[in-house]
Amino acid sequence: MIKRFLRWMPSFWALLFLAVPVMGVATFVLADHYNIWLPRDVSEHGRTIDQLFFFILYLTGIVFIVTEVVLFYFAWKYDAKHNSKPVEFSHGSHSLEVVWTILPAVTLLFIAIYQMDAWAAAKMRPPEIPFTCEVTGRQFNWDFRYPGPDNVLYTPDDIVRTDGNLYLPYGEEVLLKITSADVLHSFFLPNLRLKQDVIPGMDQKMWFRATDGGSFDIVCAELCGWGHYKMKGRIHLLKPEQFAAKLEELRQEQNTMRVAEAK
Amino acid sequence: MSTVPYDHHHEAAGHAAHGHGHAPSFLKTYVFSLDHKIIGLQFLFSTLIWFVVGGMLALGVRWQLAWPWSPMPILGNLVGHAEGGQIPPETYTMLVTMHATVMIFFVIIPVLAGAFGNFLIPLMIGADDMAFPTLNMLSYWFMWPAFIVIGASFFVEGGAAQSGWTSYPPLSALFTAAPGSGTGQTLWLIGVTFVGVSSMMGSVNYMTTIIQMRAPGMTMFRLPMTIWGMFITATLQAFALPVLTAAGFMQVTDRLLGTGFFLSDGATANNALAQAGGGQPLLWQHLFWFYSHPAVYIMILPAMGMVSDILSCFSRKPLFGYKPMVYSIGGIAGLGFIVWGHHMFVSGMNPALGLTFMVSTMMIALPSAIKTFNWLGTMWGGKIQFTTPMLFSIAFVSMFIIGGLSGIFMAATPVDIFIHDTYYIVAHFHYVLFTGTAMAVLGAIYFWFPKMFGRMMNDQWGKIHFLLTFILMNCVFFPMHILGMRGFPRRLADPYHYDTFRDLMPLNQFMSWCAFLLVGVQIIFVINFFWSIFFGPRAGRNPWHANGLEWQAPSPPGHGNFDFQPVIYRGPYEYGSPEVDVDYYPQTQPPTGREVPAAKH
Repeated sequence: MIKRFLRWMPSFWALLFLAVPVMGVATFVLADHYNIWLPRDVSEHGRTIDQLFFFILYLTGIVFIVTEVVLFYFAWKYDAKHNSKPVEFSHGSHSLEVVWTILPAVTLLFIAIYQMDAWAAAKMRPPEIPFTCEVTGRQFNWDFRYPGPDNVLYTPDDIVRTDGNLYLPYGEEVLLKITSADVLHSFFLPNLRLKQDVIPGMDQKMWFRATDGGSFDIVCAELCGWGHYKMKGRIHLLKPEQFAAKLEELRQEQNTMRVAEAK
Repeated sequence: MSTVPYDHHHEAAGHAAHGHGHAPSFLKTYVFSLDHKIIGLQFLFSTLIWFVVGGMLALGVRWQLAWPWSPMPILGNLVGHAEGGQIPPETYTMLVTMHATVMIFFVIIPVLAGAFGNFLIPLMIGADDMAFPTLNMLSYWFMWPAFIVIGASFFVEGGAAQSGWTSYPPLSALFTAAPGSGTGQTLWLIGVTFVGVSSMMGSVNYMTTIIQMRAPGMTMFRLPMTIWGMFITATLQAFALPVLTAAGFMQVTDRLLGTGFFLSDGATANNALAQAGGGQPLLWQHLFWFYSHPAVYIMILPAMGMVSDILSCFSRKPLFGYKPMVYSIGGIAGLGFIVWGHHMFVSGMNPALGLTFMVSTMMIALPSAIKTFNWLGTMWGGKIQFTTPMLFSIAFVSMFIIGGLSGIFMAATPVDIFIHDTYYIVAHFHYVLFTGTAMAVLGAIYFWFPKMFGRMMNDQWGKIHFLLTFILMNCVFFPMHILGMRGFPRRLADPYHYDTFRDLMPLNQFMSWCAFLLVGVQIIFVINFFWSIFFGPRAGRNPWHANGLEWQAPSPPGHGNFDFQPVIYRGPYEYGSPEVDVDYYPQTQPPTGREVPAAKH
């Protein structure tokens, strides 16, 4: 009886390879439990990106579990210690090759095509509205320039802020002009699912519609020198009327400083 | 061996090759050697030493991520002497940069092509040496200027390069951009250029040898997968490397001669103006990745080949789908040239191009999937022997599944917007390169060690080494996936500067503990390796009862490799053939002529 059980028991090594899918799935389950998960999303397109992420996560998760379990099963079943059958003297199977070429090919192509619209919306179709703000990365700070009352950048009524705080409205479309003053940086807004490298001498557009208010991190995601880790900013999403009031406040503050300088 | 009727060569014959009348000097035999086996071992020892250096640099990174700004014992005094053992932020970016540089350019690429390519190619195809032995020697000795220059760069003012192994300008091109962007960066570029020259010499040699010097009967479709991996790798290097070399020179002239290939108009850093403008920083990224993406396959294809050979040998069964495997490697190589843009989805490259690169990148996952299915097919219906090399090879397949699948996330452009440059990508490439390629390399060392040194490594200690390595490496690298999901960015000297990442510190400490243990348990391997060179049991020609041609040569093979003229009758995977009574059927054994029922297909 015990002998039979031992013979049936998978070998230690087969079990070790079974631990891979078990621990892999457990890690993701525990991660959810401990909230090491996608950060809160406050943007409209972010929901699509998260859905695509989970679509791929579940799809690859199934493939992961199936292939790893098959690997375990073969390692157990065909262990030379208790497999007395002669080996399959087989050099392959044409029909199997065709099946496992076409199935993944179609799946992969489907994933690629399925993603295209979200990409186009996030990076290829800028709204035709005036810039809400200009963002400039520099070692090691984010600078912001609002167009001011005339809604045109680079005019005397622009509001320039260098304290790393970006104020933007939520509930309406926002268009940013992003660039760099020295080396490469990357303007990363984790809670808005946005990231774009900024390049000196090249202006780029970034747009989104936030769905909720709050203050979130701005992270630099491209190595930019020794102070890369502290190139932190904050984005404050306000109701449109609060945003207008905030801009007015910033403008007053700037005027006061100018008057003070003039004296 | 006595059961094998054709094998009438004796161990003693292996020494006949030395009898040229005078003993060659020590210097000529072991230092400036023209023998491919010695050159292969020179590469092996050099890369293993650099593996230790690269590992130490990684531990510096792990220390800082787990216990930021606290003084690091031992290593901290080397890199952060002035700060009392603390790792300053510029040193942290140096550690990140040099860890990747050392591991990629000094370990993975040379250990696969340089060490195993050199050692195995002539033995596996039945040649007495490489086509160009002197060029072969030079390919090793051109690594030394790189070793010296990169080694010296740690000690120049400002320290070694700090702009990432990708060396993106303007950070890397402007002297004032970072402390390490001074002499350290110039030395980095020179070092990488020397590695490139060395690889190019090897690549020309491998292609010529494989095409021209196969033994009679060794057709291309009788080559082992290892040789196919090496051959395709050599082709990739030959076509991709010139681009990196040219780009490297362009960056050197930007830095030293005042050109502006990669600098836009009015580029400044720390208020210092670059001499010239009119260039484009993105150009470097295109040129760099045009080489470095194919280089990713240079870092995995030979490993896949070696794993295929080991899996078939210890499943005692033919490799499943040999030709689809060969075509898959070819497919990876071809597609490998049109996917480089997937490193640049959020770089500012035209987003329409992103769509093209997404499709080609998704498609390159296909040959990898086919290979994985065929490895599983190889194990199906076999008689699996869990030897140490087999365990490492199964681990390669198991881990490559993870590394391959996690790549799909980054290939999907909208998802990449979020996970780009987070720990998700760090998890992905460590799964492919460390838990994948490095495991294949360890398995290959255990497998071909008897051929290299004529003695066996200890299998029990090998298994203990495997078990600890396998568990610990997963503890280090698997949690990186969930860190990446959280948006945890890479290359930050102190990620906890952001409040949102504070709660990830305990997890990072766990990973760092495992990383230190992972490096620690490699001592088992080091002792086993050196002990076995001198005291391991003698191996004989074919200790694994394998089919490959290299196993018919003496262990270790003398100068000129074979003590008979090998003639090849079949492919290397005829394990369990009904034509013979034993479960292996070496490539050189003349056909028995036994009637066999038609093979199943």
